[in-house]
Amino acid sequence: MAGGAASGGSSAADTYAGARNWLLMPSWVVLIVFVLAPVCMMLIYSFLTKEFRGGVIWEFSLKAYDQFFCDRGLFGDEPCAIEWTYITIFWRSIWQAGAATILSLIIGFPTAYFIATRPERTRAMWVFLITIPYWVNLLIRTVSMKFLLRDQGPLNDFLISIGLIDSPLHIINTNLAVQLGLFYSYLPFMVLPIYASVERYNFALSEAAADLYATKWTTLRRILLPAVKPGVIAGCILVFVPSLGAFLAPDLLGGAKNFMIGSLIEEQFKGNAGNWPFGAAASMILLTMVLIILLIFARQQRKAEATS
Amino acid sequence: MSAKTDVKTYSGFKFMTLLCLVILYAPLIVVTVYSFNASKSITVWEGLSLRWYADVFVGPESGKFKQAAINSFVIAIVAATISTTIATLAATAIVRGGKFRLRTASLGLISLPLMVPEIVTAVALLIFYNSIGFDRGLLTILVAHIAFCIPFAYLPIQARMQGIEDTYEQAAMDLYATKAQAFRRVLLPLMMPGIISGFLLAFIVSLDDFIITNFVKGAGVETLPTAIFGSVKQGLKPNIMAISTMLLAVSIVMVTISYFVSKSDNTK
Repeated sequence: MAGGAASGGSSAADTYAGARNWLLMPSWVVLIVFVLAPVCMMLIYSFLTKEFRGGVIWEFSLKAYDQFFCDRGLFGDEPCAIEWTYITIFWRSIWQAGAATILSLIIGFPTAYFIATRPERTRAMWVFLITIPYWVNLLIRTVSMKFLLRDQGPLNDFLISIGLIDSPLHIINTNLAVQLGLFYSYLPFMVLPIYASVERYNFALSEAAADLYATKWTTLRRILLPAVKPGVIAGCILVFVPSLGAFLAPDLLGGAKNFMIGSLIEEQFKGNAGNWPFGAAASMILLTMVLIILLIFARQQRKAEATS
Repeated sequence: MSAKTDVKTYSGFKFMTLLCLVILYAPLIVVTVYSFNASKSITVWEGLSLRWYADVFVGPESGKFKQAAINSFVIAIVAATISTTIATLAATAIVRGGKFRLRTASLGLISLPLMVPEIVTAVALLIFYNSIGFDRGLLTILVAHIAFCIPFAYLPIQARMQGIEDTYEQAAMDLYATKAQAFRRVLLPLMMPGIISGFLLAFIVSLDDFIITNFVKGAGVETLPTAIFGSVKQGLKPNIMAISTMLLAVSIVMVTISYFVSKSDNTK
């Protein structure tokens, strides 16, 4: 029973097996040419020599990766010591994205559950309410957040007027502002997949657990959570991954001290630093990290499916 | 029935849901309210006025915003149409193509734009366009948008198709419908809600995109997000709030359409 709910109906319907190569062709062509090939090109660029006005010289070099990991002193001739500047930026990004994910899970899970357990007639309306902000332009949402969190902004005005604080909280240009911004940006991404899996969940299982004297929280933890785990994991990925490489929230809410990977990379291509191979190398490192995370999640999910 | 609801209810979850809604809506409502502010300053409230809306349409920056809006909508419509078509075909092969060797690879390829962080895709595309000597402009933005919109269009379509048993097509073919007819007359209508929501999702994702567009756009070519970003970097101004509120209204209208489309669907 539980296994049937988890596998999500991957039937072996083969009505269009004969035409499948033709049907798949457009997606293969577009994605290989405009996603896969560019990523390979980026990998090559990360091993080239930088050209000062942006761009590259076609000459093999490990300089980009060396610059990322090695501190070679003022004149660049010392043996490699660990360069902390960029590792710190990456670490901060992981931490910020993780905090945003946890925050989204805390708010998103109960919300998704609550919506999925509404009568079927009103469910669509609840999903609709959650979806509206998800359709609003990310840039606009981030700008709204900036406006709301300002020192003289509506949030501080409100908190002062109800007497919770005396002087404005300095939220903008802090780590907290970035976390709130990321959380706010991707919260609907957490709710929707969890909602989808709770909606498919067979509540007879919870009833059976209750009949066997399990408390509500035990039922939630031992019966419901394992069954909806794929949805929870999907939600966490959908929040964490875009947060990790986010550019808008750290750029608009974080200020100069709260630099994240996205800004570091952007600077290599847009700003004055202009080091394409280094930007490509930083992107490759970010991509590798994300792929490792996804691989671990995928493996766990397969394991969860096999055991349930 | 009442025992069933009891098992389902957890105290505190309703509060969290309301909190979630407040968090999601508060910033948007605040910006909407302040877009009607008469004051030149974004901090002080001086009463209701439409002056910033007038400013968007006839003010000093109106030309820039108008061109950006046209670019954004044209790109979004074309990119969403093409990517939804591609996604529908791919979903048919993957859900109705039986078991085949490249199934997992195809799924992986389609979800690639979701797995690769947006900024990495942006860098990769910039490098790719640069290395093949493709001049950056509207076309480079459009092609990029088609590629990364495919998974967003694909997911609702696949979800929908998995929910439709293949007995419908089988029945049609038992009654001498060809495969093409079964697809067009039976499967496609049943899939329509998925296709429409895929299209709308792709449309919004394209309209929404800032990072990739910012990397692959040519000099002087702006879409709404890049124009707004450029403006915000110079400080929060009330006319940005007016534009934001209008875009917000566009999003709400679109999502309302999609809501009624899925509501009018009684096939299930």
